[in-house]
Amino acid sequence: MTFGPAELICQLLVGISRSMIMFIVCAGLSFVLGVLRIPNIAHGTLYMIGAFATFSITAMFAGSAGFWIALIVAPLLVAVVSLVAERALFCHLYQREHLMLLLFTFAISLILGDLVKIVWGAEYKSVSAPALLKGSVSLLGASFPRYNLFLILVGPLVAIAIWLFTNKTKIGKISRAAAVDREMVGVLGINVSWVFAIAFVIGCYLAGIGGALVAPTVSITLGMDHTLIIEAFLIVIIGGLGNMWGALVGSLIFGITHSFGVLFWPQFAIVFPYIAVVVVLLLRPKGLLKSVW
Amino acid sequence: MFKEMVHSKWLGIVAGMLVVLLVLPLFAPRFYVYILALIYVTALLAMSLNMVVGYGGMFQFHHAVFYGVGAYAVALMITKTSMPAWIGFMAGPVAAAVTGLIIGWFCVRLTKLYFGMLQISLGSLIWAIVFRWYGFTGGDDGIHGVPMPSLISSLNSSYYFILIILIVCLVLMYMIIKSPFGSTLQAIRDNSQRCEAVGINVRRYQLGGIVVATFFAGVAGVLFVALERSVFAEMLFWVMSLEIFIMCLLGGWFTFAGPILGAAVTVALRTFVGRYTEYWTLILGVMLILVIFFLPEGVMGFFQGLFKPKVKEAAERGK
Repeated sequence: MTFGPAELICQLLVGISRSMIMFIVCAGLSFVLGVLRIPNIAHGTLYMIGAFATFSITAMFAGSAGFWIALIVAPLLVAVVSLVAERALFCHLYQREHLMLLLFTFAISLILGDLVKIVWGAEYKSVSAPALLKGSVSLLGASFPRYNLFLILVGPLVAIAIWLFTNKTKIGKISRAAAVDREMVGVLGINVSWVFAIAFVIGCYLAGIGGALVAPTVSITLGMDHTLIIEAFLIVIIGGLGNMWGALVGSLIFGITHSFGVLFWPQFAIVFPYIAVVVVLLLRPKGLLKSVW
Repeated sequence: MFKEMVHSKWLGIVAGMLVVLLVLPLFAPRFYVYILALIYVTALLAMSLNMVVGYGGMFQFHHAVFYGVGAYAVALMITKTSMPAWIGFMAGPVAAAVTGLIIGWFCVRLTKLYFGMLQISLGSLIWAIVFRWYGFTGGDDGIHGVPMPSLISSLNSSYYFILIILIVCLVLMYMIIKSPFGSTLQAIRDNSQRCEAVGINVRRYQLGGIVVATFFAGVAGVLFVALERSVFAEMLFWVMSLEIFIMCLLGGWFTFAGPILGAAVTVALRTFVGRYTEYWTLILGVMLILVIFFLPEGVMGFFQGLFKPKVKEAAERGK
């Protein structure tokens, strides 16, 4: 097998563009893990809800306006769902141990998964990309889908937005402080419970954005949450728990090894990212970058 | 005196249940015999997890891998080699225990969440290979129609086979948990630093616990093949691991019999509620949330909590 440099670069870019979706989802998961210490399995289900909501909203409008509206509305919908879940259930359980929280979020994901089945049914759904992002562009003689180019642009924008939020806004700073020492933050007279609620909702909102962005690139189906969440956990771990840049690094490792796996040995493409994760964890069990835990 | 009475009462209940379970296949419909056998297999699996999680305090996040490895080992031995089936049956638990040894060897260097995550990554690697290696493991189709020796070819005979193996395993597990090895594991769970200080090789004991537990998970995998005659890649998927966790949680972590109850509830819910509605996981999820909110020790743990103070009181009064 021989590949020209154009194919290699294209495949690299495809890997990076997929990583961007993973990054957005994982940044949310990592944020929730960092601030609230909740390994949230329901995160994947919220991502799935984002994708299904994007399908419904896109179908409501004629033309490509639907997708752009969905890109804004679907994540908000996910945020509302997560806010309800947080205020009704999660906020009573912050003192519990991790194992219990993990199983609790799994229970939530089972319930939300079945609710998705009730609302949207069990059939495959697909969303077509808006006219602006359809087709492909020529890149070094190889064709490259426009939508993936769009993803490569969106990823860094979201990264900058998260960075601005956590470093430049008051609530972001408070939530970072709560990640390190929640008792102290409480002593300073800040309502930690609401800080947690906001942090949780923002993390889930990112899952919703990821779901909306992934919608045009895959067939939306039940069970997409379970395949995603395990990858997301591994990415968060290899990057460093609670570290947003770690989520970026982890996603890139995961996405790029997968896309090169597709190129060189398609049958075992999904094995390569796991090998990469195992190698990273054996060398640096606490992740590549500094974790907040 | 009182304690002995409790013991004899329990023995009576267990013996009575055993007799019922032994004669049940003679008149119960085939479907119920099958479901009961499935509950036994799942119960063994859940109890093997409880050995490491409940008694060992380790975050064994990907236990399903060992179950799957055991099942695949026996299925592959029978379908791909000409060796007698009984050797394949032996190979299942051994393969699972060896996998447990390898994965555990890496994992015991870490603790808690990091332990669990490393195990998930190693386990997912095995899952990914099994899932895609169509030529060898059948990929996502799995292996179907694994021939069984004539001795356990009928449903009733495989029921008895599974029941006997389950009882043997339960007795073994009970003995292991009550042995000095089991006590050491529990001591490590409660305070690993102190254990290290008194000269216990914590990692070696934890690794031992993992190997024993994965061996029993492999036995469960073999029994699954004996019942279903098929294996599939979902057995190794991490959702399966979470389901086993749920069974332990529903029944109760630190109780010996809790996981059996949890497995029975989960299997029964899937079969009987699953018949009426496709949304049975919704009900499972609600049940789980209720248990987490109101019975954090699980159903068995709750009942034990009810009885324990009385026993203590009675003992004190006896003094």
